[in-house]
This record gives sequence, structure tokens and C-alpha cells, in this order.
Amino acid sequence: MYSTKYIKPNSTSEALEAIKSMGEGKFLAGGMTLIPTLKQRLASPDGLVDISGCDLDSISDEGDTIKIGAMTKHASVAESGLVNEAIPALAKLADGIGDRQVRNRGTLGGSVANNDPSACYPSAVLALKAIVHTNTRSIEADEFFTGMFETALEENEIIEAISFSKPTKANYVKFPNPASRYAMVGVFVAQFNDGVRVAVTGAGEGGVFRHAEMEAALSSNYNADALSALEISSDGLISDLHASPEYRANLIKEMTKRAVV
Amino acid sequence: MTEVTKIDGIGSSVRRTEDKKFLTGKGRYTDDINRPGQVQAYFLRSDVAHAEIKSIDTKAAQSAPGVVGVFTGSDIAADKVGGPICGWVVPCRDGSSTKEPPHPLLAQGKVRFVGDAVAVVVAETMEQAKSAAELIDVDYNELTPVVDFVNADEGAQIHEEVPNNCYFDWELGDESATNKAIESAAKVVKLSVRNNRLVPNAMEPRSALAEYDSLDESYTLHTTSQNPHLTRLVLAAFMFAIPESKLRVIAPDVGGGFGSKIYVYIEEAVCVWASKKIGRPVKWTADRTQAFLTDCHGRDHVNDVQLALDENNKIIGLRVDTVCNLGAYLSAFSVVVPTILHGTLLSGQYDIPAIYTNVKGMATNTVNVDAYRGAGRPEATYLLERTMETAAKEVGMDPAEFRRINFIPKDAFPYQTQVALQYDIGDYEPHLDKAMEMIDYSNFEKRRAEAAKRGMYRGIGMSSYIEACGLAPSAVVGALGGRVGQWESASVRVNPTGTISVFTGSHSHGQGHATTFAQIVADKLGIPMENVEVIHGDTDKTPFGMGSYGSRSLASGGSAISKAVDKIINKSKKIAAHLLEASEDDIDFKDGKFVVGGTDKEKAFGEIALAAYVPHNYPLETLEPGLEENAFYDPTNFVFPSGTHIAEVEIDPATGVVEVVDWAACDDFGNLVNPMIVEGQVHGGIAQGIGQALLEDAHYDENGQLLTASYMDYCMPRADDLPSFKVGYTNTPCTHNDLGVKGCGEAGAIASPPALINAVIDALSPLGVTDMSMPATPQKVWKAIQESQSVAAE
Repeated sequence: MYSTKYIKPNSTSEALEAIKSMGEGKFLAGGMTLIPTLKQRLASPDGLVDISGCDLDSISDEGDTIKIGAMTKHASVAESGLVNEAIPALAKLADGIGDRQVRNRGTLGGSVANNDPSACYPSAVLALKAIVHTNTRSIEADEFFTGMFETALEENEIIEAISFSKPTKANYVKFPNPASRYAMVGVFVAQFNDGVRVAVTGAGEGGVFRHAEMEAALSSNYNADALSALEISSDGLISDLHASPEYRANLIKEMTKRAVV
Repeated sequence: MTEVTKIDGIGSSVRRTEDKKFLTGKGRYTDDINRPGQVQAYFLRSDVAHAEIKSIDTKAAQSAPGVVGVFTGSDIAADKVGGPICGWVVPCRDGSSTKEPPHPLLAQGKVRFVGDAVAVVVAETMEQAKSAAELIDVDYNELTPVVDFVNADEGAQIHEEVPNNCYFDWELGDESATNKAIESAAKVVKLSVRNNRLVPNAMEPRSALAEYDSLDESYTLHTTSQNPHLTRLVLAAFMFAIPESKLRVIAPDVGGGFGSKIYVYIEEAVCVWASKKIGRPVKWTADRTQAFLTDCHGRDHVNDVQLALDENNKIIGLRVDTVCNLGAYLSAFSVVVPTILHGTLLSGQYDIPAIYTNVKGMATNTVNVDAYRGAGRPEATYLLERTMETAAKEVGMDPAEFRRINFIPKDAFPYQTQVALQYDIGDYEPHLDKAMEMIDYSNFEKRRAEAAKRGMYRGIGMSSYIEACGLAPSAVVGALGGRVGQWESASVRVNPTGTISVFTGSHSHGQGHATTFAQIVADKLGIPMENVEVIHGDTDKTPFGMGSYGSRSLASGGSAISKAVDKIINKSKKIAAHLLEASEDDIDFKDGKFVVGGTDKEKAFGEIALAAYVPHNYPLETLEPGLEENAFYDPTNFVFPSGTHIAEVEIDPATGVVEVVDWAACDDFGNLVNPMIVEGQVHGGIAQGIGQALLEDAHYDENGQLLTASYMDYCMPRADDLPSFKVGYTNTPCTHNDLGVKGCGEAGAIASPPALINAVIDALSPLGVTDMSMPATPQKVWKAIQESQSVAAE
């Protein structure tokens, strides 16, 4: 990697000051994407602002929601009693990200801010009607993800926490890419009193997305059979060495059926 | 003399003595070694597959911070340093020989694959070297890359010396007899198969640390090698034209090779050269990306097969036409792998009266292709065992019975095949029977039916393989185009207290030689194996040896040790006879003691050792003092392990995922020295075979860019991809080495891919699927299911 400055502030306000003092600075969360990128010399920021000291890693029950600090590690979400009780599907998702080392370094906020099209967390954010709290505002999930590796976050905006709505039922099932084990297709299904939300990750050229037809079908009948007659379109799905759009379309339906239990 | 309390001899599953350091992170690999004043080398590599170099401007890099030197191909050419050589060539059908284009250490006017080294930057730190390399300006005139090896003859010519991009066009066997058999056959089974391209992925990437001593004008090279003596020979004699004595090559702990660390690569040679040029030790270590791009890859064949059967389903002929990809330059054993190590195995375990094969080795703008665990034999086994299964299904026979009626009968050994090899011994029905029993073959249809109730397709497939390992004898190797001997060496030094230092020409990079070889010595001398130390991997310590590849270490290296120990015993008998005042002929050696036959007069081995080094009462007039013996063992033939592997799979039609649910491996490796280590080798080999059959595929795009250049896209087998293996053995001891041993290192990787693909096809056979290429990825299997259903619907 290129040499760069490293700063570890104690609060988000200090972090913001630090990043403003740099030309092209980058916030460092768990570093599971950024550090490999730096090591391969694919990025050369003027400085890194490590926000792991900013006290952003608490998990709390807020009544209708579970609020998770942005710097909470995947392993902490997976092991959290609060999360396991209120939204076990979210704990299951966290427990299936990467490997043990990744789960003990990678963070919720880092994953969501990066919006990798194959990451697991964005599907939970979208399906669980989450609110993304930043240092300046609260953003609804439907407004947050704007494209592959793109979000509504503005320059020098830090995710501080994410509130996930408690569903009546939810599940996450992924089909891992055989090589990387990122989601080749991951489907988060969440049932609420006012309907079902289905978010698909790993498959869309524009990143994570909600699947309107499946949501409609499952809202009227929360049963895998409700999906049988649906034809899943392969338009806009990623094509790569491991999966064609047609195969991904098949997996979307299949993973959703398996998620609805 | 201490009392012998424990014998850990041949046949004991002794725990590996070398594992303590590896498991506690105390292994000492090349990159762990640092020398005072050391600098780092970084190679600037071509990012285009095929191009002329119009110019290279290194000026800015020369003056970058920390830079000690920047060198290009012209610097190498000015010093007249040669490039890597091809260690084995074959004659072509037209009477010409293999075309051997030069392989310069740094590109000379042209680059031929993505990763080809264009320049080297040597700097105080690796980061400085990398930063400086970014300042080098290379102006390329891009040429059309040749990636599709099957049609490479129509592509742009890669080397001046290689017309039609064909390195060789080789044949073996009787073409007219084979064609006659095919013409007269009751049935001809035809099949085309592809053997997918693999990246070796040793856990430790390649590394080199070279140091020049200006006082005695000698070099020391630490490097990741499977055969340090060969590396020294090639570097000294062919590249630098210096006496071998002026170059010491040390291959310390090496983290896996699988063939990829046999050859001398350009990087280690450049480090040696630069260490003198700069006058400081030069280190280079590959990162994983460089390993993907520049380690020699494996396999990459297509084979067209015709199998001729008579009216009784007996095989009467086999013709195989092969095209293989050898990549941008001829690597050391790239020619022998698809020819001598492939064509000669085409008889398999079967009595085939006529065989002919033709192999074309093609140049492409991809990295070199060379030996990878199995090296030629997996390709032969894959095409043959896929064809056997296909033939059985086409003639409506059980695949096991079809194999059985075509096996070479056990009373036919030694058996002369129609493709040069003579199998010394084997007995194939017992391992077929045992493997079938281990997997409960007779009840398979019940399991298939039960799986079908769960909506799963269950299949079973087998592979009865033969392997030829421990290449030998040297005279035959030479006659077949080999440029090296194929013996192995050992030096056994008995120390004055009776402990033993064994110096072996073999090299261990995961195989467990320190344990296995010590067991042989301990067993033969009747001493505890803790008293035996095995030393390898340093040309200043060990006798000249050929190193480890091709499952040769035990059969060749172990036999050399055994021979040296025999010499120790013979000399010890002379000493014992003197001490016991008896005739040498009356001395028996048993359980570590020299006994005068029929008496209770005896001397322990330790007493003999002491007498040899403190020769106060010793026959000095007829016998030299000391107790140390060398042996060079040149085997009289290959060894021929064989076996049957049976795989059972379940396929989820909704996703195409293949789960390997059961595996039976029954192998005949002759006598086993350490059954636990053998079982580990079988497990590892099958894991690699499952990787090839289901997961791994090195994929270049049409521009010659390696798309699978990281673990994000190149799929290695993981523990949860593998079943628990059922491992069993039969034993027909090798007839021509003292230990009765064969080889076990590659068998799993040879046997397993066809067994697994046969099982996948069997599972899908109710749908009418008859073929499946490797790797059988979920997407590919799902697609085959979809297509079969749409065919059924039509």
C-alpha cells in the first residue's frame, strides 16, 4: 500500500474534523474492503480516519426497533441476545458473513456504507424497513441504496447507527458464490402487519433491490407455494463467471421459497 | 548403550515428528529468513498478453526513493545469462524434435503472457520497489493474443522458433493396428473430454533470497524448491556458467509444491544475478496475485477418444487424439507431462491389444503449463475412466462388471502394455471388490430411490486407475528424451553414540519424510526412531539428488536410504565379527544386535558404532574406521500403484448443487511405511480431485487476462465441500525395490475426478444427461437439468 496518515479520534465530531483536514480522506470502519483495496494499491487516500473509537457499537431495544451502532461487529450482532430474540434472522445473517476473522473485524456500518452488491447486510436494511442514522439526518432504507457501491451518503457523512424494525417473521437465505462465498443470491424476507418485504442482494446490477412481485404474492399468502407460479425476470441481473442472469433468477425464487418457512 | 525401549518401524502410524514446528508457527520458510543489508526485488509484469516492446523508460524509477537498481532484459542479455531450460523433449511425427524457444529471464523485445516479467526494481523496501515500478514507462505494440489452444495453430505466431504455435506433435503406439481394430469393432464408443486448467495454489507462495560472497565469489540461494540440487545444476551450468561449488541452494521449509516448485523460475535466477550486480542480498516473495499469474498452471487438455469393443464387450482398441496447452514458454517438464506421463498410461488397468495416441502441444499467450499433482496421469485416467463408464452404459453393462471383464488378469504380470510400460505387478479385482463393499454398492438403487423421494438425484460413479510413479530407470528416461537421471541418493551417517543422521536427496514440502524415512532406518537397524534425524534441502549438506515429485520419494529416495543402511549393516557385521572373534559369515543381525549364530555372544548396534569411531580394538588393516555410507539407487522400473475409487453424490435440481455424500477409496500402494501419512495423502489427493471436478477452473478471457486471479473467483476446495472418506488398501508389494513400496502422493488426485464426474452423470442419467465437463459447478449442472427438461418437453 501507499503510505498514508492514520488518525483514530474519540468521537464522530472529532472524526469529521479530522477528515475535513485531509484532502482525500477516508473513514476506516472494520477495513474488510478498504484495507485489501489499499494493499493492492487500488486506492491512495491522503489519510484514514479510524472511527472504531467513536463509541458507535451499542445494541439497544427501542420498542418497535432494534438499534445497532454502526461500528458493531458482525460477531456481536450474531451473538446479541437482543437481536436473537427480536430479529433472529438478522443474527443469522450476521453469523453467515465471511469467516470468523471477518466477523470479528467487519462492521454493520462499514458494510452498509460500502453497499457491495454481494454483501449480506443491505438486504436486511431494505427488508427490515431500517432507518440509517447519520451525523446529520435519518435516511429510510428505500432512499438509502442508490446503486452498486452507491448510497445516499454525502461527503463526510458518517453512519452512526441503524434501526431495524421488528418483523412478525423474517428469514435470510443465501446461495454463496462457490469461490468467494459472498452472496451470489441472498434473499431477506420480512413479514410485517402491513405486508411482506423481500430484498435481494448479490444479484442486481444496481445492487440490492426489493422484489415487488414476490412481495405482493407473499403479502397475500405467506407460503412458498405462493411463489410457484411466479416467473422471475432475469432483466437487470448480474452476469459473471459463476452465474448467468437466468441462473440468478432461478436462485432468487429458490432462495425466497426456502426463506419462507 | 541405552536399552531399546520402542521401535517405531515400518507399518506404524507414528505421529509426524515435523508437525510440532509447523503447528506452532515455528516453521522456517524462505521469506522468514533475512540477511544483513538485504534489499527487495519487485518485478514489473506485462499487463497485456501478447505485444512487442517498443521501448522501456526506467529513468524516473532509477532515481525514485530507496531504489538500488532497475534492470531490464537488455541488462540480462549484456551479461549473457541464460534462461530456464526444458528438461525433457520428445520427437515429432515428422521426424523433427520439440521446438524449444528461448525463455529470457526478463522480456527481450516481446511479452507473451499477462505476468511476463519486463523489468525488475531492487529497492530498500518492497513498497519503494513497487512505487518505483509504477514510474517505469513501457510502450507496447499490442499483438493479437492466442488464448484458445485448440485452434492455436491458426493464431498469431508467438515464437519465431515455433511454427503454427505447435511445440511438438508426438505419437505413441501402433496406429494402423488401432485403426483396424476400430474399423472391425462391434461397437466404437466415442467421447470428447476436456481436462480443465488448474492453478496449483501451494499455501506458501514462491520466494527467493540470493546472496553473493565477493571474497570466495560464491552465491547462496534460499528458494522454494522441491529439488534444490536440480535448481543448482540448472542455475550453475545452464544460466550462469559457474561451477556448482560456487552456488549453494537451500530449500528450507517449503509450504507445498504440488509440482509447481519443481522448476527453476526466472525470479530466483534474477535474484541470484542481481545479488552480485548490486552486492547485497536480494529477496523476492510473490504475493498471491503473482502466484496466480506466474506459477506454472496444470492440465488443460482436450482429448478425443475412440474405444473399440468386440461382440463380447471386450476392448480391442483405443485411440486418443489430444491437444494440450503448454502456455507461453516451455517449462522444465511441460513436454513430458502430456506425452510420456500421459500416453504411456492409456492402457489403464485393462488388457488392450491395440493403442495409438497423438498429442499436440500448443503455445498460447497464457502462463506456462507444467506438472501438477498427478501430471499427465490424471488426464489419462480421466479420459479412460470417463470412456469406460460411458461404454458400460452404452452396452448396458454394470460399470464394475464391464471393467472386470477387461482387467488385466492377475496371472498376466509382468504385463507389457501397448504403450511402452511394463507393469511389474498388480491385482485389480480385489480393490474393485473391496471399494464396492466399502460403499455398499449393491444397495445403491435403494439409496437412489430414497433420495428421489426427497426430490434429490443420487448417483454413483467409479474410477479404476493405474499410476506410474518413481520415473525410472535412467537409461529408459534418457531414451525417451529425458535430460536428467532418475535415481535418488542417500547418505547415512552413524554418529559415534549410535544415533543416525540421514542425508537424503529427496525433498519434503509437506510429505512427512522426517518421519517416514526415520521409520525405515529405525526398523532396519532396530533402534528408536528418535535416534534418527533426516536432513534434506541443502546442496551443501545432502548428496546430489533429484528431489521430490511424481510420487517418487519413498520408492526411489526411501530405497536409496534402505540400500545405504544395508551397507552400514554389512560393514557393522565385519566390525562385530572382529569384536566377537567370529567369522563374518556367522554374524546375524537382528533387533539391533549382532549375534554369533547359535551362541549368546552379541554386540549391540551402538557398541559397533563406538568401535568404528574409537577403533582401539578394530581391524584397521582391512577396514576403514568410521561408519557412514552412501547409496545411489536407480530403480529398474516405474512403480505402479492402482486402485478403485467410488463416489456417491446427491444433486439438488433446484440449484444444481452437487453434494459428495460418500467416498470409498481402495488403493494398492504396496507396503505402507506409515499408514497415517498415507491416509493423509489419500485425503489430500481426493480433495484436490474434488476441487478439479467440482470447483476449480483457471479462466483466461479472449484478451489473455486471467479472470480467476484471486480467491474471489478461483474456487479452492474447503473442508465443507468434502465428505468423510472411507479409505482401504490391498497390497501387491512392488517386485523391484527392497521395501516393496509404490507411491501414494498423487493417487487421490488421479483417481477422483472421473469417479466424481461419472457419479454426477449417473445421478442425472434419468434425465437423459450423458456428459458433463469439469468443473461441474452448480450453474452448469442446473443448466444441464434445464436443458434436459426442455428436450423432454419437446
